[in-house]
Amino acid sequence: MRRLAGTPLAIAGSLLLVSLFLDLVPGDPVELMLGEQAPSIDRQALRHSVGLDRPWYAQLWLFLEQLATGQLRSSLPPFQRKVLPQIWAALPNTLLLTFAAIVVAVLIAVPLGVAAASRKGSAVDHGAMAIAVAGVALPRFWLGPMLIILFAIKLDWLPVSGAESARHLVLPAITLGTALAAFLSRVTRASMLDVLREEYVTVSRAKGLSAWAVLWKHAFRNALLPIITVLGLELGALLGGAIVTEKVFAWPGMGTLLLSGIEKRDYNLVRAVVLVFTLCYVAINTLTDLVYAAVDPRVRHR
Amino acid sequence: MSGRGLQSARGRFGVAVAVALFFVAAAAPLIAPGRPSAIDLNAELQPPSARHPLGTGENGLDVLTHLVYGARVSLWVSVFVVALSGAVGVLLGGIAGYAGGIVDEALMRSVDVLLAFPGILLAIFITAVLGPSLRNVVFALALTGWTGYARLVRSQVLTLRERDYVRAAQALGAGHWRILARHLLPNAAGPLIVQATFGIPAAMLAEASLSFLGLGVPPGTPSWGALVDQGTQYLLLAPHVALFPGLAIALAVLGFNFLGDAVRDAMDPKAS
Repeated sequence: MRRLAGTPLAIAGSLLLVSLFLDLVPGDPVELMLGEQAPSIDRQALRHSVGLDRPWYAQLWLFLEQLATGQLRSSLPPFQRKVLPQIWAALPNTLLLTFAAIVVAVLIAVPLGVAAASRKGSAVDHGAMAIAVAGVALPRFWLGPMLIILFAIKLDWLPVSGAESARHLVLPAITLGTALAAFLSRVTRASMLDVLREEYVTVSRAKGLSAWAVLWKHAFRNALLPIITVLGLELGALLGGAIVTEKVFAWPGMGTLLLSGIEKRDYNLVRAVVLVFTLCYVAINTLTDLVYAAVDPRVRHR
Repeated sequence: MSGRGLQSARGRFGVAVAVALFFVAAAAPLIAPGRPSAIDLNAELQPPSARHPLGTGENGLDVLTHLVYGARVSLWVSVFVVALSGAVGVLLGGIAGYAGGIVDEALMRSVDVLLAFPGILLAIFITAVLGPSLRNVVFALALTGWTGYARLVRSQVLTLRERDYVRAAQALGAGHWRILARHLLPNAAGPLIVQATFGIPAAMLAEASLSFLGLGVPPGTPSWGALVDQGTQYLLLAPHVALFPGLAIALAVLGFNFLGDAVRDAMDPKAS
């Protein structure tokens, strides 16, 4: 497939872009680390030890070499912690949060979308779509705090922040998943409406199957493909949204790691997190293509 | 629902929100009860009152004043992002579609590379490196934003350039730029306007998200996202600080999304 062949190109391109950009930036990271008053001999020493005195392509090569051998360290002198262990600690948390958000989105969107489609034009339909329209407009960095006020502070049902137990996952997952749930329920409704017009649905109704069986066994199965496609397309946006959600709930994932790296001007860490994020994003897109081809034979033969 | 397009209930709501927002942004100094930089250490984090209709935040800043001036930032950023990314996207997409061949291939592969990032991640990276400022926010969002316009214009130009009136213009000896500017782009304007309308709320949300992360506007600038960020530190003490700017964002995004729906319906006679 064409997109599969473009994957290494996209990764290489994004790496080049990030490195070139770091090189073009005005201002000196060494100055930011040591302060403007630092003696120039200290600056030179730090510049050399971090590799900042080399051209950008040599820096990129150094970065890749160190990353591949697991020797990459934070570019901050006092705590030169290795970068990879930090990423391995954070990545599972982000993937868990993203997965939980997908579960939340599907659990909300599918019943809502199917109910709306099966009673098109009814109060149920209008109500469901009003919820969907509002859900898309709610920013995550606001929905999160509001959920905290209601469920953690006022009702005291769930913890405010952190990641110690499964209960800590509930509010972040809802925060991250709501916008997707809203969008997905519109897609589910539209896809179901298309399928419900088909003749085989009329036939299964005519042969006396219960409305429930027609809806779920016959119609929903055939409406699945667009739903899966949209889910795959939106996964990247979900990863981006995870950064915001992690900040709201102090969730120890890649977003929190990225923001701490930015705050400390730890460019090695920032570059590594951006690279891993991009790899995940590209992997997800490729996987979606493959799943799509597996589910729909027509795509495979094109 | 009565009517379609801009006549529908949602369309009217969208127009009303957009007009109100532009008005508030333009007349901010006249509407706001105070100045955004005003400090009142005796009135920190107070609930809504007659003096401060929406309460106060850190250092006694008036939430309503920051909401009103925040509308300026929100609109300023989103309009500039749409204008800049639209202009770059139209130019490069138009060239790619019209020239074809290796130019097309090179431009569209660059688009693919940019789309290999989640958009917000690249924006976070760029604003983190360049530092928080309105100009950097616009630059970061436009850098990823133009790709959508480029793809749209390219596909439009690809279908339009085979039309008879374009062939006729070529036969009459019109130059490439003239054909692109006078014949191709004006006829691709419809879908572009729709995309631009949806681009406004997307940029608003992105700016607010960046400012929430501390990477958007410089500290002290009135921004809805920055105000929510401040409010999240005082959820127990002063929930109103996070509540109101979030409502403002939701309302603005909802309004512009409805406007986009309405514009799309109005331009497409086939839409139900």
